[in-house]
Amino acid sequence: MTKSELIEKLTSDLPQLNQLDAEMAVKTIFSTMTEALKVGDRIEIRGFGSFSVRHRKERMGRNPKTGVIIPVPAKRVPFFTVGNELRTRVNSDATAAASEGQI
Amino acid sequence: MTKADLVEAVHTKIGFSKKESSDIVELLFDTMKSTLESGEKIKISGFGNFEVRDKHSRIGRNPQTGDAIEISARRVLTFKPSQILKNSLNPAASEQS
Repeated sequence: MTKSELIEKLTSDLPQLNQLDAEMAVKTIFSTMTEALKVGDRIEIRGFGSFSVRHRKERMGRNPKTGVIIPVPAKRVPFFTVGNELRTRVNSDATAAASEGQI
Repeated sequence: MTKADLVEAVHTKIGFSKKESSDIVELLFDTMKSTLESGEKIKISGFGNFEVRDKHSRIGRNPQTGDAIEISARRVLTFKPSQILKNSLNPAASEQS
């Protein structure tokens, strides 16, 4: 499912919502989330999961072609942790043992 | 930031009522959850991809006791951030936090 299919689904489930409005709403939601991560804020969506920013230290990397060692600069990466409800639901049709063996 | 802040953003930036904004935000995440539950992946260009992966069972260890135990096969959700999202967290190439 892509962003545009998600928008289509919203307009078909909410009849009062037109295509353009749905598009703006979805774009606003994801850009608001991006802005939050940009300033280092954590996003917590109950039942879905949370997004946070993790820091990666500078490390030594290698150009795989030439073997030359070069520093890879420190950076910030977005990180997603799946929420309990969604983790259980995604795993629900896997073996029963799997879902009862953990949270 | 929580769902309430997203509702507020939709309300103030687009002008939908609080109720409409809340319906949209709820429905968006509900749709994403059922899609992922069905095993289908979700691609949000500019943000990232959510993908369901099947993991085989494997032998793990209780780190406290060292006992070997079997970790059962399971389905897990992974998120791969898009290059655009990754870049927006690192504006300058000379990032030194």
